[in-house]
Amino acid sequence: MNTISKDKTAHSGSFSPPSEGLGEASFKSTRNACKLCAPLGASVAFKGIQGCVPIIHGGQGCATYIRRYLISHYKEPVDIASSNFSEEATIFGGGANCHAAITNVISQYEPEVVAITTTCLSETIGDDVKQYIQSYKELAGDKKLPHFVSASTPSYQGSHMDGFHEAVTSIVKSMAEAGETGEHINIFPGFVSPEDLRQIKTILEDFGIDYILLPDYSETLDNPIWDAYKRIPDGGTPIELVKECGSARASIEFGTIMNKGSLAGRVKNNTQSSSVGDYLFNTFGVENFRLPMPVGVGLNDHLFDILSKISGKEIPLKYKKERGRLIDSYVDGHKYIFGKRAVVYGEEDFVVGISAFLNEIGIEVTLAASGGESGHLEEEVKKYCPENTEAITARNDYDYEIIHEWCAENKPDILIGNSKAYYIARDLNIPIVRCGFPIHDRIGGQRIKHIGYAGTQELFDQITNTLIGAKQDNSEVGYKYM
Amino acid sequence: MNEILKERKGQVVTKGQGDVAIACGKASLAGSVSQRACVFCGSRVVLYPIADALHLIHGPVGCAAYTWDIRGSLSSGPQLHRLSFTTDLKEREVVFGGEPKLYKALISLIDQYNLKAAFVYGTCIVGVIGDDMEAVCRRVSKEKGIDVIPIMSEGFNGTKKDGYKLACDALGKLIGTDDKTEVPEHSINILGDFNLAGELWMLAEYYKRMGVNMVACMTGDGRIDDVRKAHNAKLNVVQCSGSMIYLAKDMKEKYGIPFMKVSYFGIEDMSDALYEVARFFKSDEMMQKVRDLVREEISKLLPELQAYREKLEGKKAAIYVGGAFKAISLVKALRLLGMKTVVVGSQTGNQEDYDLLKELCDEGTIIVDDSNPNELSEFVKQTGADLFIGGVKERPIAYKLGLGFCDHNHERKEALAGYEGMLNFAKEVHASVCSPVWKFMRK
Repeated sequence: MNTISKDKTAHSGSFSPPSEGLGEASFKSTRNACKLCAPLGASVAFKGIQGCVPIIHGGQGCATYIRRYLISHYKEPVDIASSNFSEEATIFGGGANCHAAITNVISQYEPEVVAITTTCLSETIGDDVKQYIQSYKELAGDKKLPHFVSASTPSYQGSHMDGFHEAVTSIVKSMAEAGETGEHINIFPGFVSPEDLRQIKTILEDFGIDYILLPDYSETLDNPIWDAYKRIPDGGTPIELVKECGSARASIEFGTIMNKGSLAGRVKNNTQSSSVGDYLFNTFGVENFRLPMPVGVGLNDHLFDILSKISGKEIPLKYKKERGRLIDSYVDGHKYIFGKRAVVYGEEDFVVGISAFLNEIGIEVTLAASGGESGHLEEEVKKYCPENTEAITARNDYDYEIIHEWCAENKPDILIGNSKAYYIARDLNIPIVRCGFPIHDRIGGQRIKHIGYAGTQELFDQITNTLIGAKQDNSEVGYKYM
Repeated sequence: MNEILKERKGQVVTKGQGDVAIACGKASLAGSVSQRACVFCGSRVVLYPIADALHLIHGPVGCAAYTWDIRGSLSSGPQLHRLSFTTDLKEREVVFGGEPKLYKALISLIDQYNLKAAFVYGTCIVGVIGDDMEAVCRRVSKEKGIDVIPIMSEGFNGTKKDGYKLACDALGKLIGTDDKTEVPEHSINILGDFNLAGELWMLAEYYKRMGVNMVACMTGDGRIDDVRKAHNAKLNVVQCSGSMIYLAKDMKEKYGIPFMKVSYFGIEDMSDALYEVARFFKSDEMMQKVRDLVREEISKLLPELQAYREKLEGKKAAIYVGGAFKAISLVKALRLLGMKTVVVGSQTGNQEDYDLLKELCDEGTIIVDDSNPNELSEFVKQTGADLFIGGVKERPIAYKLGLGFCDHNHERKEALAGYEGMLNFAKEVHASVCSPVWKFMRK
């Protein structure tokens, strides 16, 4: 199947000459990567903890770049500290820098939680952050300290999604405790927008389900306007609450690929759980419901059935009506979109969710691509687009230039995904619907809805109208009714 | 909570409160949320606008992903610089070495794209795993017959400024490699302009009008062949002194080319720059042309500026930008709009820059080196600023606090240099400071 992917991870001494065309067995370098590095994902997850200041343990550029990247999407202050490695730290170890960083973050921010994420640099020199935290605590003696969490996120393993899930799992691993099973559930939504998180909370509240949502950056990365500057924005999952993840009656997690990418191509296998839901099931026996990011009627029916089962309650009328209106709009729009050929790209679990949705409305997914490295994208996309498996090219390890070349050759009708493919859309005159992460060339990326019936409704309207708009713009007539 | 970290106290000075020198050029403190980037960033941004060169980043994916097309540097021809190439190192290469992957990447990219030279940037991890980048570059250079220049820009190995220096060294390797080209008598190089939003094209037009020929711009709208013949120029005109002063000094030493520091921002500095160049060439005819040019441009500009000045008179501004030289120009430009600078700082300024700032600013102005969001928000609150001028990382701080913002970083889309740029600047400041949306903020 995926020759590019195989070739990229292969490490051989023989240099084959480069050849033309896609998927040939020659390493071309990654050209406009369709992925980011692991510490970025971990930083986002850590921003979803109440009172948390992330520290990136590595060179200064990492924190600055990641902040800049996130700020351009969320349009919010995103404070992430750096332990500012020098040459000395690189040679003798980053322990002193790590301690100094913790001390300075505490004195400047008075955080409830200090979350440390590693980098390629600190991992390669063999820094042991867990040990640094331990020794910091010992040195502090009786002094009251914040909670500490850490994630091991070398950027040469997997992508930003692997960093995200590693952070979530490590928070849970360090905090969750066994206990008598409570009424609450755990919900692990994966990398969705702040607006999506707000929707999840509303849905659970409407069902009357008590929940622990992790991470919850619905406020921290989408603040209202402030009267006075806040060093740490309000909101986030209280760290104390995470203790109770071990005694939840069930977990729900969105995403079927999660952090499998960090396990691919490893020199040494490690014993990492494949997901936080798995960990809680294996350790505390918490029942785990896993489904793709719920976009579309099918996947949301599945989600609402789970919630109904867990709560023992009927689906609230509000959502039955949302669902009814959504299907009504499917009928209104079906002819404009049927058989259109779409390219979907971005994080693997995002691509799976969106592909499943497109499949149910009659849009053909022709290319489903991700820079993620799990090796499972094809299997998952085809599983959720069962009628269309022959026509789908689903690829891990793709970058935007491969997508660009693919589009030039295959002329799809629409691109669906983040703003980074805008240059392809512009070059080939293909309409683009922006969703997912990042949205760097529009405002409101943090408020895009993707999940639930309501999120699907917005995506459906936008995709349909984009296709109608393209037809209208390209017609000589300039129809007033479409 | 402490607004200013103890170790940073020397890096903040208020004019009129004691006569202390500011501490600068220091490495950032561990645990501060510095707005600075790293060595790699410094070299990458300086060389980035060279549009017909390959820029390959040797390291894991992040460094390339975060620098993909982040600057508004325009090219009149090739667009290769707007693609992001990386060897995308994985655990395997970290363990067994990344040289074969680098070699393969270079060969295939050189074969695929039309390019004149290649720059290879080493990132943190390359320095640690000990890849011999120079050997790989030498080999590829020999096999492919083009210059492949390694830049050992490990992020931890200093500050952004050290990255500038590495970039200058890389340019230095190319300069002087074309001796055949003859250049006219009145020829200059422009150093430190990155052609953001087409600013270089405006400047080149001014120089053309006064009869000055540009040999090379380093690096805005840059071309490898122009860099090769840059040593033929009679004068280096240096803007953004932070990044290019090393090269100017190097060229003075090697080729005896004198340099002058200028700023193209604001009408005073813009005009001074042109006069200085004319004075250098000791040509009365050129001087007259400059006088005509300045008169013409200013008489066009001033009436238009007046309308903005009336709206902006007395408003207060805070400035936090990359280079201190830019900050100096901004203070003057704001003054022209009737505005007062109450906070001014930079990521990479030196002692000389800060002395100049202190001289220029009014009593009570806070002057700061290598600041962070906490401090900046505190200063803005203390001084009651109406406008913040900075880069993308400062924007949300300003907005959250309910003050206007003007983007003066390298991703700007509006030209701010030159006479036209001054008008754009006034428009942008006006659009932000005088927007009606602030009335919904509780001040």
